[in-house]
Amino acid sequence: MNGNQFMFYMFASVIIISSILTVTSRKILRAAVYLLFVLVSTSGLYFMLNYQFLAAIQLTLYAGGIVVLIIFSILLTSHIGERFDLIKPQKSLFSAIAVIAGAVLCIITILNYKFSAGQAVAREVNMNIIGKDLLSMEYNGFILPFEVISILLLAAMIGSIVVAKKIKK
Amino acid sequence: MTEGIPLNYFLILSTLMFFIGIYGFLTRRNLITILMSVELILNSVNINFVAFNNYLYPDRLQGHFFTLFIIAVAAAEAAVAIAIIINIYRNFKSINVEDANEMKY
Repeated sequence: MNGNQFMFYMFASVIIISSILTVTSRKILRAAVYLLFVLVSTSGLYFMLNYQFLAAIQLTLYAGGIVVLIIFSILLTSHIGERFDLIKPQKSLFSAIAVIAGAVLCIITILNYKFSAGQAVAREVNMNIIGKDLLSMEYNGFILPFEVISILLLAAMIGSIVVAKKIKK
Repeated sequence: MTEGIPLNYFLILSTLMFFIGIYGFLTRRNLITILMSVELILNSVNINFVAFNNYLYPDRLQGHFFTLFIIAVAAAEAAVAIAIIINIYRNFKSINVEDANEMKY
């Protein structure tokens, strides 16, 4: 086993264990912290695949932004010491059966399909290329989704302010 | 830096993460934990996009950019969802899905 494989197995085991704990933990703040572990390990996977910019975005936006937002809203809406009620065993059993059946089906499909690896020379990914691609209208350009996402962010910002605003009576 | 790791490993990892998120979505009753399950699902899709980009089409960056856009959409979704959850808490004094059973007073 070489170093890459060791790193991959480490990140994968952290991701799997922490995501199981995220959905089963009975204390809500702990679930949020396990979600943080999952997101940080995912950014480690991006570093392994040589996408440094994406990994940095994952760390700042997901681990820094969304988890902090979630913890903030947990503190606003829940009592910290409170534990969730146990899930009904019947509901838990049926969900588990559905989920395991779906996972087994997907994994069998993945293992049976022969992916042909790309032979092309890998493109260098640096900030210069990313910025030019995002704003170009050429073959590999992404100007349209970039503009759409900017309008979406504006709409989300205004919408969340309007929704969360206190209504004077 | 992926010698010795086939593409399948990444796909199996993201499949497991996706279905763990689905399990949480089905069994949780607190709105914020449901939101966290959705984040897990989106994150697993991101791993898929990035792995496909790196292994199958290394000469393009489409998976990379779509992961960026998914992260932006996830951030917007989390912001709006948390605004709605705080408003629900203000009206119903609880964020369990069973308690929020009417749309307007």
